[in-house]
Order: sequence, then structure tokens, then C-alpha cells
Amino acid sequence: MITAERKPLAEIIDSIDDCRRILLVGCNECVTVCSAGGRKEVAMLASALQMDFMKRGKTLDVREMTLERQCDPEYVEQLAPYIGQVDAVVSMACGCGVQEVAKRFRDKRVFPAVNTKFMGASEGPGIWAERCHGCGNCLLGLTGGICPIARCSKRLLNGPCGGSSHGKCEVSDEIDCVWQLIWDRLKELGQEDRYEEIIEAKDWSTERAGGPRKIVREDLAQ
Amino acid sequence: MMTESVLEKVMKAGHIAVTGECGPPRGAMPEKVKEKAELLRGYVDAVNITDNQTAMVRMSSFAASMILKQINMNPVLQMVCRDRNRLAMQADIIGAYSHGINTMLCLTGDHMKFGDHPMASGVFDLDSIQMIQMVRKMRDEGKFFGGAEIKGAPKMFIGAAANPFADPFELRVARLAKKVRAGADFIQTQCIFNVDKFEQWMKGVRERGLHKETYIMAGITPMKSVGAARYMKNKVPGMDVPSELVDRMAKTPKEKQAQEGIDICVETIKRVLDIEGVAGVHIMAIEWESAVPEIVERSGLYPRPQV
Amino acid sequence: METFEPVIVAFCCHYCAYTAADMAGTMRLNYPTNVKIVRVPCSGKVDTIHMMKALEKGADGVLVAGCLDGDCHFKNGNTKATKRVAFVQKLLEEIGIEPQRLAMVTMSAGMGPRFAKIATEFTEEIRKLGPNPVGAAKQAQAAADKVA
Repeated sequence: MITAERKPLAEIIDSIDDCRRILLVGCNECVTVCSAGGRKEVAMLASALQMDFMKRGKTLDVREMTLERQCDPEYVEQLAPYIGQVDAVVSMACGCGVQEVAKRFRDKRVFPAVNTKFMGASEGPGIWAERCHGCGNCLLGLTGGICPIARCSKRLLNGPCGGSSHGKCEVSDEIDCVWQLIWDRLKELGQEDRYEEIIEAKDWSTERAGGPRKIVREDLAQ
Repeated sequence: MMTESVLEKVMKAGHIAVTGECGPPRGAMPEKVKEKAELLRGYVDAVNITDNQTAMVRMSSFAASMILKQINMNPVLQMVCRDRNRLAMQADIIGAYSHGINTMLCLTGDHMKFGDHPMASGVFDLDSIQMIQMVRKMRDEGKFFGGAEIKGAPKMFIGAAANPFADPFELRVARLAKKVRAGADFIQTQCIFNVDKFEQWMKGVRERGLHKETYIMAGITPMKSVGAARYMKNKVPGMDVPSELVDRMAKTPKEKQAQEGIDICVETIKRVLDIEGVAGVHIMAIEWESAVPEIVERSGLYPRPQV
Repeated sequence: METFEPVIVAFCCHYCAYTAADMAGTMRLNYPTNVKIVRVPCSGKVDTIHMMKALEKGADGVLVAGCLDGDCHFKNGNTKATKRVAFVQKLLEEIGIEPQRLAMVTMSAGMGPRFAKIATEFTEEIRKLGPNPVGAAKQAQAAADKVA
């Protein structure tokens, strides 16, 4: 999933300080799963914003809405009946959702309420960690199903640097050395020899380096 | 002879090679580079010039290497994957070679987090093994990494680093094998304090015959004080400083600790040179270049051969 | 200025604090009438939004009262509640509302006197803090509207 974290309240408040009415829009997909921008977080933020405004003798009218998917125009359309009644939209979706809202409602200001972080997986209740970098040319088949691009601090493709210590990365004890993980996994698979194959320099043109990317499925596109 | 590198000539002739290290200054102070280099003159075959070492901004390795060339010394151009993509790397390699810099060391580089610009983006377009492949391709095939022909290919003597003390230990010889296969002509190791562990690693190296495919230079660092010893033991990732050495420094009176550090260093050099497959020593006397002449002389490595 | 009588909302777990409050009553222990009790099946049932809404609607203080550590009827509802209270306290701090207006307390069903003591002390603490700035602003707004 795409993970996100709520922005500091002061930053959100600062962005909408001149507003009297806002539409606060969550998303039922990834940001719900990572507890950053689902229905519940929308309610919490609405309450906090209203308290802050009231405390300062101002009023803020917050309409709470949580869309099925904020990155699809079909769902964003559901905001149309209410958009005229507000000064701005505050989105708790990932950056994709924020941009869909901005694209659909050209004359309305849109502010992000979360920082979109990474593509990750859950490591336990309340913990999410980075797993995929979206490089556009998956090499997990070569590395025992563990990604060195997303999970090595230096995205090394040919083994651990000299800073790997007791299974941890030199950057932080909180980070597993991904090459230790890959090596352990190759051993489990009885494929230690695979480590010796040099992984050639990556063609980053399939990653962001090639410019903004697009996928077109001819059979589906209209 | 693959290259014009003095380091290559020394090792090819069967001499024990000695390299030193010079960290460029954090400012436009060319005289500082000369000062440090002069301390090493005559005692080493070549001087490594670090590349934004510990992720701190310094005078570029390329520029400081040129200063060494101007005073007729042999620089080893260090280059890290952290700060350059493959375009910048190749451009600098051609540029450096055009100025007579013919020896380089390919490194991953310390993470930005450890330096004075932790907010910087890390490049890591290539890793060190891929960089070695690239430099070899430029030299042996006369081609850019992208495939186009180079008119006037740079003939670099290619070095790489190895850390026998990092984890997982069982992968360390295999990683060296990858570097050798990629094209590393010589290897400079991480600072050796735990000689037993280094011996164990060298045994693995010999079992695979890697010492016959590449020149292995043992990394040596003199400790100036017990504080420095403790710092390296506890704070520097991938360093293995045995407690006995720290205790030995601690037991020495403060004013004699520097001398003790040099003694330890000389003992270490003598031990590592007894190990089959060690072709030289790389002395990293960080901000203590003045210690190098004594270390080299007492290790029986002076005078340096003329090749 | 007239004395400020704070409104305290106490979310009380059915298995402990609620019974303790009941006991305090039967034991004729005095505790301030400011404390309004909401019975919940477990302190772990009290969501962050409930704590926020209580304050947003004008409560001056909020108590979440659950079972003693390790005694939760549903295993760990009270530890969850403790974490949620800490989470909301941080949020309150971010919008400049005293985090002390929200507190997690624990007791067993037999601790009637402890309930009375906590209720009294918390009420006093909130009295010292003064009215919830949100509620005060609301009242001022209402008064202004009346005049208009």
C-alpha cells in the first residue's frame, strides 16, 4: 500500500487559516489501512481543527467526506455537489488523491493534510515499513524476494557495504541490513551461489529518471 | 603493464607496496594539500586522495589529486557512488586521466547521514562493483558505459575496498571475488586491528586464489590516543578494534600513547606482511601524516623502490 | 467572578470504575457532582474521537477510567486506552489545549474510596486550569449571538 502520515497540525491550520468552510476529504484505500487518512482520521482532524478555530474565537465549518478512492475521477466527482459551499478542500489522501481533486475542481484551493511516504507493508499493528521503490523493472527474482533498491540505504545491488553490523544498517539500528536478509534467504533456499552473480548496472530510465511514467493498456483504454 | 601507474609497477615488480592517505581540506587551501603530501614524500608509492570522506564537503579528490601531480607525487583518485551518477563519474575519470592521474579507488561512500549535509540526496546510480566494471570497460574496451567508443580511453589502474570485519563475515570473501571479477586490480582493506580475523579472511581469499588475481593491500591506521581507539571501536561502523588494544592504550601514560599507537601499528604491519597474499600496506594516518615516515622506516619498508 | 464549576466527563469501565463509583455512592463518600459518568463496556471501547468530541462539545476535563494493569476483563482494553489517551494528549498539545484536561486512571471494582479521591482531585486540577478554552469561546459566541 501507499503509506502516509498526518502533517503537523500547525502546518494544516496555517494553510486554511483564512477559510470559514472546508471540505475535509479522506480516502478508503491505502491511507485508511495505514491509519493516516480514513474516515476515523478525518473525524479526528475535523474535531481538532474546529477546536483550534473555536479556541481562537473563530468558526470553521467542516464537511467530512471519505471517498472510496480519491485517485479515481469517478469517486472524486462525488464532491461536486458540495464544492461550491466551501472555501477550500483539505485532502487526507496520498498525493495522487490530492492531485485528482485539484484537477477536477480547477477554481478551488486544495491542501494536503498528510505527507505521502512510501510503498510499504505492515510489520505489525501500527508499524509500516518501506518495501518497494517502484523502479519499473523488478529484480526480486534475483535477490531472494527481498528488494535491495527499496531497502538498502545506498540501494546497493551487489552485496552489503562495509557498514553492515550484526544484521543492522550503519544508518540506524532500526534498519535491517537488507543484504543480511537477502543472504539469509539465499541460504534458506540453498542458492548461495546466486550471490556471486554480478547484478549489472540498473537501467534507471524505467524509474523516475525516465520522466513521469504512464501505463497504457490498449485493450482497456478508450 | 596495463597502465602507467607507479603503484602497479611497484607491485608487478614484486615489491611490497606502500600507500598513504591525504584528506583534502574543507576550503580553498591548496597549500594544506601540499603540506600533508610533503610529509609522505619518499615514504609511500602513492597517496590516496579521499572523496568527501565521511560525507563531509571537502576540496574535490580530482582537484587535490592534481595538486599532487603538480608537485610530482602519485595520487590515487578516490571516487564514491554517493555523489556522482555515471555521467559525472566518466567525465571526471577522463578529466583526471588527461592530467596524468592513472590510479583510482572505486568506493560506495559513507552515507550522507554521517556528514554535514544529511539533507542531501544520495546518488547511488551505480554501486562500487558496477563502477569497477565501468572503469574497466573504459580502459580495456575503450568504450563508455553506454557503449559508445571513447577516443583516448583512460587507462586507470583500478582499486577497490574490502572490509573483512563487516557482517555477514561469510559473505566477505565472496564480495571480494565479485570485485575482482568486476575488474579490481588492487584492493585496499579497512583498517586492520584484529589481525586474527584478517588472517582468517585471507585464508578464505587464498582458498579461492583471489590473491593471485588482485593485489591485496592491508589497511593500517595508527591510533593517537586511547580516546581515538575507543572512538573507532564503538562509533565507526564496520571497525573491529579488539579490547586488548584499547586496554593496552589505556594502560599507557597519556604522553606516551601516541608512541604506543605507532608501536602497535608497526607490529601490525609486520604481522600482516607475514601473511601469504598480502602485497602491500595502505597507511591511513588520518590527520597524523607526520607519523608515516617512522612507521614505514621501522617496518623495514624504507627506502621505497624506484621503478 | 463567580466560582468556576468544571464539567468533567468520566468514561467508566463497567467492570471496575463504574462499579467503584457506585460503591462510592453507597458508602456515602462525597465526590463532586461535576463528574458526569458515561458507562462503557471496557475502557478499550473508548475511541480517540469520543475523547475529542467530549472536549469539543465543551467538557473541561475528560477521564478514562479502566481496570488495574493486567486486570482487564477483555485482556488488554485498558492498555489500549492508555495509548489512545497519550495519542490524544499529543494532539491536544498541538492545538494548544492543556493535555492535562485528559487523563487515564485505573482502579478495581472494590475501590470506591479511590474513585471518590480521583474524582475530587481531578475536578480540583481542572478547576485550577480554568474553563476549556473551546467551551469558553463557544459561550462567548452564544452570548454575542443573543445580543445580536
